[in-house]
Amino acid sequence: MAKLVKNGVMLLDEKGLRNDGRRWDELRPIKMTTGVLERADGSAIVETGGTKVLAAVYGPREVYPKHLAVPDKAIFRVAYRMASFSVEDRKKPQPSRREIELSKVIKEAIEPAIFLEQFPRTVIDAYVLVLQADGGTRVASINAVSLALADAGIPMKGLVSAIAVGRLGNQVIVDLNDVEDKYGDSDMPIAMIPITGEITLFQMDGTMNPEIFEKCLEAAKQAISEIYKMQREVLRRKYLSIKEQVLKGDVNDIGDKKGDTKQNR
Amino acid sequence: MISEIKKEILSRIDKELVLNKLASGRRIDGRGLFDFRRINIVPALIEKAEGSAFVSLGKTKVLAGVKVSLAHPFLDTPNQGIFVVNTEFTPVAAPTYELGPPSEFAIEVARVVDRAIRGSEMIKLEDLVVVPGELVWMINIDIYALDDDGNLIDASLISAVAALSVGFLPKVEIIDETRAKYEIIKDEKRPIPLQDMPVSFTFAKIRDHLILDPLYIEENMMSGRLTIAINTKGELCSVQKGEGGGFKLEDILLAKDVSLKKANEIRNIILEQLAKKPRGEEAWNEIRG
Repeated sequence: MAKLVKNGVMLLDEKGLRNDGRRWDELRPIKMTTGVLERADGSAIVETGGTKVLAAVYGPREVYPKHLAVPDKAIFRVAYRMASFSVEDRKKPQPSRREIELSKVIKEAIEPAIFLEQFPRTVIDAYVLVLQADGGTRVASINAVSLALADAGIPMKGLVSAIAVGRLGNQVIVDLNDVEDKYGDSDMPIAMIPITGEITLFQMDGTMNPEIFEKCLEAAKQAISEIYKMQREVLRRKYLSIKEQVLKGDVNDIGDKKGDTKQNR
Repeated sequence: MISEIKKEILSRIDKELVLNKLASGRRIDGRGLFDFRRINIVPALIEKAEGSAFVSLGKTKVLAGVKVSLAHPFLDTPNQGIFVVNTEFTPVAAPTYELGPPSEFAIEVARVVDRAIRGSEMIKLEDLVVVPGELVWMINIDIYALDDDGNLIDASLISAVAALSVGFLPKVEIIDETRAKYEIIKDEKRPIPLQDMPVSFTFAKIRDHLILDPLYIEENMMSGRLTIAINTKGELCSVQKGEGGGFKLEDILLAKDVSLKKANEIRNIILEQLAKKPRGEEAWNEIRG
């Protein structure tokens, strides 16, 4: 395995390990928690290594401004924002062009999973706040919003799961961190609805030859199935704890139940 | 403005519950009229901030972060550093908050927090000067509301003073003073120079009752709001009356007495919580709840 150093940063060592010691297909430690907020209808925190995102969901609720309402289905809106202190240089609070684009692609990644036609003339709003950014915030946001929607009890075809894959030299890598995002050769965030097999987010920057491109897709599919398993586990635990509570005859504060899971590889 | 945006329609049962409890000198969460909710602080949990603190006040949650940068001083204060307090009350915190520029309420809170810090001279602004008249530290304090269960004002000030208390400034090496050429050495750092710690007390007036640290539901019923900040010397260092309703002189004097009596107790709780060592990943458990 060849060493890869770029701009003085060791991206791959002689053993083929990455700058944070991971193997090429190894995910960072992931932690997912639902029901973290009191006021929101559904919420989740997803932590992927140093990346920490918080998602809140409201709705279905009345649409403001009213002219945006659609007669035969709900509209779905997403706002992705980064906390000013989530990055190295303070980010000004006004939304940047990047935040607006990401809000749009996150919305479009999740929209196909929601049964919007069940709630005509309403809106489902999702807000994402990046508390700390360390690469992969858009895919963490998709995983978080998808969980927050489920936490809010909004009917969906399936959960949406996402991962970023990319390339360092000839090496395919999975779950890029900040350094790999900056100095790597290519970055490809992907989201899927695993239950239907649909790919709902697909972007790439940098360059890839067709062979690596195919390998990336295969690696992404693998990683997504792991993320999906974790998301299901979080929700399963939430409903299990509700079931236990109901069986004990205690029906207070059922909505406050949390689900969480932790994965360390 | 907040009354327009923030007021939710409350059921008569909820309103009556709040009023009945108040009539017997209690609150719906079991507190007395002048009891503060439990304060929990997680200091220094954001890696990329030069200072940060997560604060929960009962179920209200806020996250403050400090970012520092070098800037030209203001012309009228060439020998003082700069600090700016900004609040972001995003829709994450409550269904009634909207996207877009900060609301009147968010700006009011930022200004009350700013005045408490400025009035108490908490930050030694003279010690933020790198090259007099040329280069000073600018401290940005950004406060994000994560969950609003009432009294964002006091929670915001606590988070701001907590983030500043664990905050630091990197070392600056001046290369060429006349051309303001410098190098920032991140690994060498010193604490942000501080000399006071203001704490604030927000009261709500509901009918004839004056209560401290109002809940979300109580804020939805209040006619007036009064905030009093106290510095370490025991002086009042910022006051703000909010909302449409009025306060009687007796109310204001009572609120002042309660604030003065409680200031040290609350300050000690903050100091105690700040002494907790940052625990890396563990610290995030508090946000996960």
